[in-house]
Amino acid sequence: MVQFLPLNQAVAENLHDGDTVAFEGFTHLIPTAAAHEAIRQGFRNLTLIRMTPDLIYDQMIGMGMARKIIFSYVGNPGVGLLRRARDAIENGFPRAIEVEEHSHAGMANAYEAGAAGLPCAVFRGYRGAGLASVNPNIRSVTCPFTGEVLAAVPAIRPDVSFIHAQKADRKGNVLVEGIIGIQKEAVLAAKRAVVTVEEVVDSFDDLHPNLTVLPRWTIAAISVVPGGSHPSYTHGYYVRDNAAYLEWDEIAADRERFQAWMQANVIDSTAGDFAARVEHLRPAA
Amino acid sequence: MSEDQKLGFTPNEMMTIAASRALKNDDVCFVGIGAPSAACNVARLTHAPDITLIYESGTIGTAPDVLPLSIGDGELCETAVTTVAVPEMFRYWLQGGRISIGFLGAAQLDKFGNINTTVIGDYAHPKTRLPGGGGAPEIATSSREVYITMAQSKRGMVETIDFFTSFGHGEGGDHRKRLGIDTAGPTLLITDLAVWKPDPVTKEFTVVSLHPGVSREQVQATCGWTVKFAEALDETPAPSELELTTLRDLQARTKAAHEGTAKEKAA
Repeated sequence: MVQFLPLNQAVAENLHDGDTVAFEGFTHLIPTAAAHEAIRQGFRNLTLIRMTPDLIYDQMIGMGMARKIIFSYVGNPGVGLLRRARDAIENGFPRAIEVEEHSHAGMANAYEAGAAGLPCAVFRGYRGAGLASVNPNIRSVTCPFTGEVLAAVPAIRPDVSFIHAQKADRKGNVLVEGIIGIQKEAVLAAKRAVVTVEEVVDSFDDLHPNLTVLPRWTIAAISVVPGGSHPSYTHGYYVRDNAAYLEWDEIAADRERFQAWMQANVIDSTAGDFAARVEHLRPAA
Repeated sequence: MSEDQKLGFTPNEMMTIAASRALKNDDVCFVGIGAPSAACNVARLTHAPDITLIYESGTIGTAPDVLPLSIGDGELCETAVTTVAVPEMFRYWLQGGRISIGFLGAAQLDKFGNINTTVIGDYAHPKTRLPGGGGAPEIATSSREVYITMAQSKRGMVETIDFFTSFGHGEGGDHRKRLGIDTAGPTLLITDLAVWKPDPVTKEFTVVSLHPGVSREQVQATCGWTVKFAEALDETPAPSELELTTLRDLQARTKAAHEGTAKEKAA
């Protein structure tokens, strides 16, 4: 049953060295505070899954926490490349990492298969794509009814998924709104799920019946971290800090500048610092 | 006086506007970020007000006031007809055959419209690791047609791409069909210098229209393969006042919006 926990405790109880973990958020609701807590606790040999491993995986890879990444777009969205991830893939710095690369369609279908309890996902994809020849997990099946050859990829089943969301009610049900991305599937596909939220409200009784709500029994732990997705955003609370994404390109370009930034903004910081970081990104009242 | 001043517009502006003209009011367009996004929104703000713009973050029928920095900016969701989950986006809408135009950019492109955005060099030991395909591998095969837009350079337009991120016409001819791909693939390439269309048989991109003031030599000098030109070569109509104003206003609003967060932060 879901527990409301301080973030450091939620992370410590649910993430372990060697785990396969997803910190999901499709450009929105990225669980930055949870990722930073994981960095502070110094986990090792993680297999990191994410469709769009942007700043937080650049940071985790740059800190040497990842053994392997499974992804479909390893870029800084709208800005360019991820320089710490590049350094690891191109130069093995600070350690070599294994790469399992898919398309978005492949990852989205694989998460959905994980949520559905299926062993694999089947879809029309990867035709003529070079990824099919470099990733042994991209295979094919023949439709028993039509004979069409379709792509197959293994289901994604993380040991633990972390997401950020708008709010929880007092019972621990969680509401996700806006660009919902892959948040629901990431939670349902995982053995354990940890959710950071902007706030807790008394009840969800007045919500529209078709909204995306994750029932409390699908979640292991909830931590209240206002601003917890910065520099990503939380629809209805604060906007994306595009300037921070542009700035990251410069920070991550240099190994020493990266280390100094991580020390000041992550290691010597706490989850409580996130609220102040989004103050200027909240709509004027 | 520079060439741009004489013409009254830049090659990039001409590229974006030429690309916008290719889109129709009833198109359902899957929009790639960057140059395609600007072209699609200029189309929406000029001759195609009812065009459906879809970004891979799940926003369907979006009408942003400023160009998004990422495919997941909040503005896309706030102005969309509906926002769906990412699996639904790729399964029902793209794979389901509901996209008329997939609009892509390219880091590396060959003459058959195959695109590389994955690696420069060898895949296992890349010289440069690029972001990868994201949605593009399936946009390229499930959209009914694909338009490509990119600025010309010898580094970008090459004889042989390093990695087949998104399949165009493969080796040309009926290669798509042989792989069981039943969509048309790349039917249009708009660069900063010219408009290109595939040869009906070989599927090799052929220049059909030069932008105003552009010579054949300029097109060849910035392209890594031997360029074929159509027998009846057109000149692309110069941007109209409305097109230029719309594009420049959109870019000014975008610049102000994205710098806004930085300034407020500094204050």
